[in-house]
Amino acid sequence: MAERVGVYVCHCGSNIAGKVDVEEVAKWAGEHVKDVVVARDYKFMCSDLGQKMVEDDIKNEGLTRVVVAACSPHLHEKTFRRACKNGGLNPYLLEMTNIREHCSWVHKDTAAATEKAKALVSAAAERVKFQEPLEPTYVDVNPTTLVVGGGIAGLQATLELADAGYPVHLVERQPSIGGHMAQFDKTFPTLDCSACILTPKMSEAGQHENVTLHAYSELEEVSGSVGNFKVKIRQKARKVDFDLCTGCGVCVEKCPRKVVDTEFEAGMGNRKAIYMPFPQAVPRVPVLDTESCIWFERQRCGACQKLCPTNAINFEQEDELIELNVGNIIIATGWKPFDCHKIPQYGYGRLANVYTSLEFERLCNAAGPTNGKILLRDGKTVPKSVAIIHCVGSRDLNHNPYCSSVCCMASLKFAHLVTEKTGAEVHSFYIDIRTNQKDYEEFYQRLLDEGVHFVRGKVSEVTDAARSENERGKLIVQAEDTLIGRQQRFPVDMVILMGALEPQTDARELGLKCGISCSMAGFYTERHPKLDPVATMTDGVFVAGACQGPKDIPASVVQGAAAAARVAGMITKGKVMIEPVVAAIDEENCSGCRICNNLCPYNAIEYDAQRGVSHVITALCKGCGTCVSACPAEVISGAHFSNKQIYAEIEGALWDAIRPAGVPGESETAEVSAS
Amino acid sequence: MSDEQFEPKIVGFLCNWCSYRAADLAGTARIAYAPNVRIIRVMCSGRVDPTFVLKALSMGADGVMIAGCHPGECHYIEQNYKAMRRFNMLQHTLKAMGVEEQRVQLVWASAAEGQQLAEAIDKLVADIRALGPLGWSKNWEENGERIKALQDIVNEHNEAMEVPR
Repeated sequence: MAERVGVYVCHCGSNIAGKVDVEEVAKWAGEHVKDVVVARDYKFMCSDLGQKMVEDDIKNEGLTRVVVAACSPHLHEKTFRRACKNGGLNPYLLEMTNIREHCSWVHKDTAAATEKAKALVSAAAERVKFQEPLEPTYVDVNPTTLVVGGGIAGLQATLELADAGYPVHLVERQPSIGGHMAQFDKTFPTLDCSACILTPKMSEAGQHENVTLHAYSELEEVSGSVGNFKVKIRQKARKVDFDLCTGCGVCVEKCPRKVVDTEFEAGMGNRKAIYMPFPQAVPRVPVLDTESCIWFERQRCGACQKLCPTNAINFEQEDELIELNVGNIIIATGWKPFDCHKIPQYGYGRLANVYTSLEFERLCNAAGPTNGKILLRDGKTVPKSVAIIHCVGSRDLNHNPYCSSVCCMASLKFAHLVTEKTGAEVHSFYIDIRTNQKDYEEFYQRLLDEGVHFVRGKVSEVTDAARSENERGKLIVQAEDTLIGRQQRFPVDMVILMGALEPQTDARELGLKCGISCSMAGFYTERHPKLDPVATMTDGVFVAGACQGPKDIPASVVQGAAAAARVAGMITKGKVMIEPVVAAIDEENCSGCRICNNLCPYNAIEYDAQRGVSHVITALCKGCGTCVSACPAEVISGAHFSNKQIYAEIEGALWDAIRPAGVPGESETAEVSAS
Repeated sequence: MSDEQFEPKIVGFLCNWCSYRAADLAGTARIAYAPNVRIIRVMCSGRVDPTFVLKALSMGADGVMIAGCHPGECHYIEQNYKAMRRFNMLQHTLKAMGVEEQRVQLVWASAAEGQQLAEAIDKLVADIRALGPLGWSKNWEENGERIKALQDIVNEHNEAMEVPR
């Protein structure tokens, strides 16, 4: 029986219709493509009316197949599958073809774009006839969630879920949770103390009955899929027994080896070889840094071991692999600061009193190396003038083209702190001041009133080469003030570089483990930039905070909570749909050659030695189809991507190509194969 | 577009996870490229049966593009390596059949590489435009050796496929 195909060509306003003659495409499909009984074009197919049109045609015209030529199936396949279902047609009897992203948006010539659209519609219409009704399966969702990253975004997500009553495993790479926010002094624009608002959340996460903390751990491996992930976590050796340690701190106090703390103190202060990164660290269990420990250098000392009242120090402790089953994963791995050495003309690393923003945070912090006094590197001089340079490594084509979004506000905060604590004169060198959130602009106005000098221009260099008496012993900031159109030199005592926020060095690697992709810059790609900002293309994996793009604390908290809400939704629903796109072996005709067995990366193909045939374990199959194309006997079928379907699609796509002589006509080709 | 310019017809097999999304990204970013490639979505470049390529060429395509995730970045762990192996074997076969190797190209494009995919498409189109139409049957008629080579391949394949009973 011939199928009855309905073809719907979307205008997408003028997005498609502006480049493709959609009416012509629909008309042509109705007249020239075999078995097409309905062919329409419509302004917005994804609208309610567009969907209704499909539903009605299925009912009234008896359509057995539907083709929608519109945007990417990644955007609206679900929408139209639902429409088919509402009309009483199996959702897998729909085929979407992409004439927007793959056609109207990328081609300049209307005639050529229209021709291509016809070919794509023809391909879809030929293919859809061979599609088969499929039924999705449903699997239970494990209510446990894994949160990767214990910064503010990860903490928020963890606590939202834990408070809702769901178990959470929180993995943090550093010895303590808290992230970058723990390093800050004040937060903009309210200027409340960062530690005062963060530490309660940290200790809550540390003590929560539903939270299992894995600090000083890394995510090693992820397998499985939405609802049932299996993850491996590497608990790095702390050399301290977690259960025996009481956190008394005797070991830290007695350790004779002092090293520069490049992590938490950003190189501004020291720590011991055995250390807790900061006093409010959660968990309160120290970590022994074997790189700098005397025992690991020459088997001497051992002071910590001798003096520990509970014998918790264990030099032999090894990394431990922990396996967990979780239903969903939230990635909140945050950001890393731009390496200011990369802009040598600003003198960072060469000129002592040039600071990065993170260094300055520590300098301001009451718990920092100077107890919150703003002093130059000599440790005693209070600066009389300070320059703050914006956009260091961001909005700069040589480094990162994007805006790091938080630096304008952070620099305003710094300017305020400098003025308040030292009375020094502050020059702030900006390209544009971006204060586009609640109360941010008001903060900027306040700083203008406080007498901070804002200079619009990019700094060309910071130098200590004085040209006049008043520049002697100072750092000279050379910049063009673009508002008055003049090059100027500003002698100052201290320079703060507002470095860019960059993705973590291993962001891509982690993304790969979890099956999510990164943008060019290296930030994780969300499912939809506007409408689905915390989900990713991999079901069950969500992103939150600065790992998705530079953002400040309020925005990170919002995303953390949003990701938690999405996960809670999945858990409450209890089941997720699994796509029925899987392979199946016709065991009757399987010769048992076992070529397919080793091709499957998920070990989803099993060989039954007794019967001499292979079969697919459906639950493990992810539907890549590699075995389908490898089977020499063509007895493996790939649901929704069968050979017949793809042959038909090829044929349809080449409807206007000149067929070489001797090539069989349309009706026979679907059956033809290589052998 | 000038009347004389040869517009090749090309079929592109793009994997669902990286390359198809790269093409989506090229669209969202409005990166213009040649309209000659008609894209067919497959779940993985590992799904591309060499038969698909032969089928496309036999149906009148002047060239074929296979695109997948970068090696090491496959959504299905390592299936793009299988695509790579098949591609090399297929090139060998195509060569024997008189099909120039630039006509079938394997490209890696991650979901973030809309620009790279567009460039690869433009390159493929330019390469094939330089070669001219495939002229498949003409090749066969002119050169008897090719038919023999083709026959040999089929025979070899059949022998290899024979299951002893």
